[in-house]
Amino acid sequence: MRPTFINIGERTNVTGSAKFKKLIIEGDFNEALSVARQQVDAGASVIDVNMDEGLLDSQQAMVTFLNLMAAEPDIARVPVMIDSSKWEVIEAGLRCVQGKSIVNSISLKEGEEKFVEQAKACLRYGAAVVVMAFDEQGQADTAARKVEICTRAYRKLVDDVGFPPEDIIFDPNIFAVATGIEEHDNYAVDFIEATKAIKANLPYARVSGGVSNVSFSFRGNEPVRRAIHSVFLYHAIGAGMDMGIVNAGDLPVYDEIPAELREAVEDVILNRAQRTNISNTERLVELAPKYKGGKSESKGPDLAWRESSVEERLKHALVKGITEFIEADTEEARQQAERPLHVIEGPLMAGMDVVGDLFGSGKMFLPQVVKSARVMKQAVAYLMPFMEAEKEGKPREAAGKILMATVKGDVHDIGKNIVGVVLQCNNYEVIDLGVMVPADRILDEAKAHGVDIIGLSGLITPSLDEMVFVASEMERRGFDIPLLIGGATTSKTHTAVKIAPSYKAGSTTYVLDASRAVGVVSGLLSPGERDRIQAETAAEYVKVREQYARGLTNRARSSLADARAKAFSIDWADYDPPKPSFTGLRSFEAWDLEDLAAHIDWTPFFASWQLVGRFPQILEDDVVGEAARNLYADAQVMLKTIVEEKWFTAKGVVGFWPANADGDDVVVYADESRVTELGRFHTLRQQIAKTGDKANVALADFIAPIGTKPDWIGGFAVTAGHGEAAIAARFKAAEDDYNAILAAALADRLAEAFAEAMHRKVRTELWGFAPDEPFDIDALISEKYQGIRPAAGYPAQPDHTEKETLFRLLDATAKTGIELTESFAMTPPSSVSGLYFAHPQSHYFGVGRIEKDQVEDYARRKGWDLKTAERWLSPILNYEP
Amino acid sequence: MSHNHPGRAARIAALKAAAKERILILDGAWGVMIQKRKLDEADYRGDRFKNHPVDMKGNNDILCLTRPDIIADLHDQYYAAGADISETNTFSATTIAQADYEAGEAVYDINFQGAKIAREVADRWTQNEPDKPRFVAGSVGPLNRMLSMSSDVNDPGARTVTFDQVYQAYRQQMIALHDGGVDLFLIETITDTLNCKAAIKAILDLEDEGYEPLPIWISGTITDRSGRTLSGQTVEAFWNSVRHAKPFAIGLNCALGADLMRPHIAELARIADTLVSAYPNAGLPNAMGEYDESPDQTGHQLHEWAKSGLVNILGGCCGTTPDHIRHVADEVRGMTPRQPPERATALRLAGLEPFELA
Repeated sequence: MRPTFINIGERTNVTGSAKFKKLIIEGDFNEALSVARQQVDAGASVIDVNMDEGLLDSQQAMVTFLNLMAAEPDIARVPVMIDSSKWEVIEAGLRCVQGKSIVNSISLKEGEEKFVEQAKACLRYGAAVVVMAFDEQGQADTAARKVEICTRAYRKLVDDVGFPPEDIIFDPNIFAVATGIEEHDNYAVDFIEATKAIKANLPYARVSGGVSNVSFSFRGNEPVRRAIHSVFLYHAIGAGMDMGIVNAGDLPVYDEIPAELREAVEDVILNRAQRTNISNTERLVELAPKYKGGKSESKGPDLAWRESSVEERLKHALVKGITEFIEADTEEARQQAERPLHVIEGPLMAGMDVVGDLFGSGKMFLPQVVKSARVMKQAVAYLMPFMEAEKEGKPREAAGKILMATVKGDVHDIGKNIVGVVLQCNNYEVIDLGVMVPADRILDEAKAHGVDIIGLSGLITPSLDEMVFVASEMERRGFDIPLLIGGATTSKTHTAVKIAPSYKAGSTTYVLDASRAVGVVSGLLSPGERDRIQAETAAEYVKVREQYARGLTNRARSSLADARAKAFSIDWADYDPPKPSFTGLRSFEAWDLEDLAAHIDWTPFFASWQLVGRFPQILEDDVVGEAARNLYADAQVMLKTIVEEKWFTAKGVVGFWPANADGDDVVVYADESRVTELGRFHTLRQQIAKTGDKANVALADFIAPIGTKPDWIGGFAVTAGHGEAAIAARFKAAEDDYNAILAAALADRLAEAFAEAMHRKVRTELWGFAPDEPFDIDALISEKYQGIRPAAGYPAQPDHTEKETLFRLLDATAKTGIELTESFAMTPPSSVSGLYFAHPQSHYFGVGRIEKDQVEDYARRKGWDLKTAERWLSPILNYEP
Repeated sequence: MSHNHPGRAARIAALKAAAKERILILDGAWGVMIQKRKLDEADYRGDRFKNHPVDMKGNNDILCLTRPDIIADLHDQYYAAGADISETNTFSATTIAQADYEAGEAVYDINFQGAKIAREVADRWTQNEPDKPRFVAGSVGPLNRMLSMSSDVNDPGARTVTFDQVYQAYRQQMIALHDGGVDLFLIETITDTLNCKAAIKAILDLEDEGYEPLPIWISGTITDRSGRTLSGQTVEAFWNSVRHAKPFAIGLNCALGADLMRPHIAELARIADTLVSAYPNAGLPNAMGEYDESPDQTGHQLHEWAKSGLVNILGGCCGTTPDHIRHVADEVRGMTPRQPPERATALRLAGLEPFELA
């Protein structure tokens, strides 16, 4: 016999029912009462009342509603579950009910003292309690943690408080499965296992849970969600789950779920081994649309979708990223709506929810999402004048305010802009301070706007240090809001080791890429999730720090002297370095953009949109192919316009100088007499212990040492970024982030192509050491050619300050218009600079971490004090300065 | 300040022991007995309220201060009739109930003196009859303002009083009764369970402040044949709602005579895993508002309850007199008290109706 299961009505829960929320916010308590009545009539044994909504005085709403309910005998006949995350609201509720209710919930989250105090109060008000599996460390996710916390809570309640064990109901946390995140796959099993253990070991205690959480990743597909609930309950009830917050009337009978769907759902719920070459989650995601019901979305160029209702058309336009009809459709929706705001809150947000769901479930990809955002922004922009015209027009309620900035000294913002767009898509208000933003301005603006989260971005390594500074300033100025770290140069390790410890008052989270941003932000802003997530992150970072510390000591290292003894040795006796066709400088004005367009390496372009795969195969990829093809088509169209309308100006300068290596430095001479030193490039040497005859390389090894043979070194600085800022601003003004980001990404690619084209010209002509090199773009991209062009700030020379020397020698700012920021980022950002090495054995490598002996030596060579050296080299130090 | 009263712990132990051995007898009505004295306004006012701005007549509780002789005499009569327990004359001695007489200031004194008077009489009886110790229950009545019921027909959410106000009013009364030396609290004639819950919380919270824990006795009122309290609960829902007080006894009183009360007492007897008490009215009032049921009729009916194993404590409410109590005491003397049942442990909740998850 299946055990009894108690359905707790969830319709009188503002967090669970949009309709109820609306009624309460609008103060329509009569109608709200009828919602409660319907639930009781439908057989709810207990009704859950929850008023946790930011727009409400939750305490007042709870009191008003419960007092009104008390006057309705047909509703008041059942017990109430007083549901709030705020104790004051719960207590206010307890003071309104004559019956014996259930408090939902209390937990050990804030420690034993609070827990005992609240439990005692519940006992004295005469209520049963739901105890969440939540302790000082956070919300339990594994079965073991759930059981551990529940056992501890049980012992406290029964032994210390004298709480009747039969009045304890545990909520061991139902979390979403099938999120696409592997760690979530076992969440349903964890709940079921914990339920079994609790029922077996904690006499009389009950188990409850919020069932709808489990299917959260299928928002928008109610039939599949219901099937998931039904299957989940089937197993959870079998394990002993006694009650749950669930809309029971809607649930399909387990046995009546189509076998194919039930099996897919069951595989996900029970985290079974996957049956095919795709994961259980992916399988269910694929299957889901089939069971969604209703008509499928039309595809292709036909305009059949124009025939549907305006809501459907808006949704279609958002999902497909079509701006063509957006103003007309928005206008139509506006005329039908009571207020222009309702168009946003209604059909537009509904459409964006679909986009969010598709993106979250891996069914849509970044470029598509950014296009959807463009549609959304244009619709909102169209509505703005109408909303402003409304006297009492309230601003749209955002889910949260995020301030974003690229830190001082850094100019890169493509990734940051993508994150901003994705967040905006998800109804967050984004305040974007742009690039090169000093710490005090970031923090002043954060204060002024009352933001919920600060996000910092950076691409070059000195930005890491600046982020640490911003973090320490947040600490000093008393901030406690979450800090997010992202950008190409950032890492979880750096965030954990350097940034998080500087900001103890708040949480710091590394965000790997734009697709994670929404999850991280919504988690950090969710009152229920926040503490758990922050605790998890903190715990994870402790581990990262420990690993890092172990790494520092464990890896075998060489002293600088030993590393130099194992320098990369070139037999100079056997080799005559080729002489360039000229020494000194040559600059290039307005390089042909069409030529550059033909040289573009597309793989990194797709990567910048988080589409992973090699070009051109990516265009045929099963998963991202469609997104990649559409993006590529848009890029080709824009590229054509860029070339035809000369949006950007490509400028460059190349220089060659007589040079010889002096230890790990390369001395640059004024002329062939090799007497007058124009400058020195300082290079860094690998210090990881190498086995056998493998060398500890430094770039200087590729130049003939003083006293051997005459050698030369080259340098270059190119940019395709002039005009980029104006173009991006133009698109942004038109609420077209998609094209703004596309333009920036293309400018980046053109600059890289320019660097490649210039390098080829250098090899074949200007230096001319490979005059017969065949022209083959694939060979170029795979670097199958002689010579290298390493850039400062990249692995072979991590020190960005070397650009200063290069720029001085090249007179680069005058010749190309590229400027260096105080952190030695180049602006415009679509610029590339570096050195040329001609030796056939010269190759790219990573310096890796270096020891203090080399830092001291490098400081001496650069004329720095140790502290300055440690600051600029901090990302590669193998010790704690 | 010590909240312990000399000898009280021993008396509470004796009370519990006595309850195991026999059916305990509570006293009868106070209103009708005071009425018989035909007191005038001056009696009620005494010296202390000589210049009180509003009439005091009818404020029976004030007599604890102005006619302690009458109150002591009534306790004496009931103990003489065979009562083990007599209630303090403090049924309406809260700031909220006394507001009608503008006598809120006197609340502490009424309760304290009320407890002292009963204490002295009880102790005298105990001294004379050590084999039948006498106990004092601090009477805590309902309020004329209810927490679960609307005060305005046009606004079902309206309340004239808050939980905290009720809690504070009861708390003040409890402290005074405690200080005055009562042996247990009797929250009685409960029409609104939420008011009762405020009283329970006030008592339990006092224990945190070092007040000696006293047994709690809870007695609700089923108002009519519907079988519900005034605030709408069934007997079982009511029990589920107050069980957290771990009461010494749970019962019903007032509103009904023994015949109409019986099914509800039988229900309580079935579900309550503690002592069950009953003190019905002397039948239903006649057209003149008087109670006709004779002492032997009352005694006869309650004898049947005792024989059926329904009760642990018996007494009388409106219309009953020391003579009624004497008959009841005589009828049940030597009978076995009800044995509280052991119930399966279960999650038991309540709205207006009970809910059980077995």
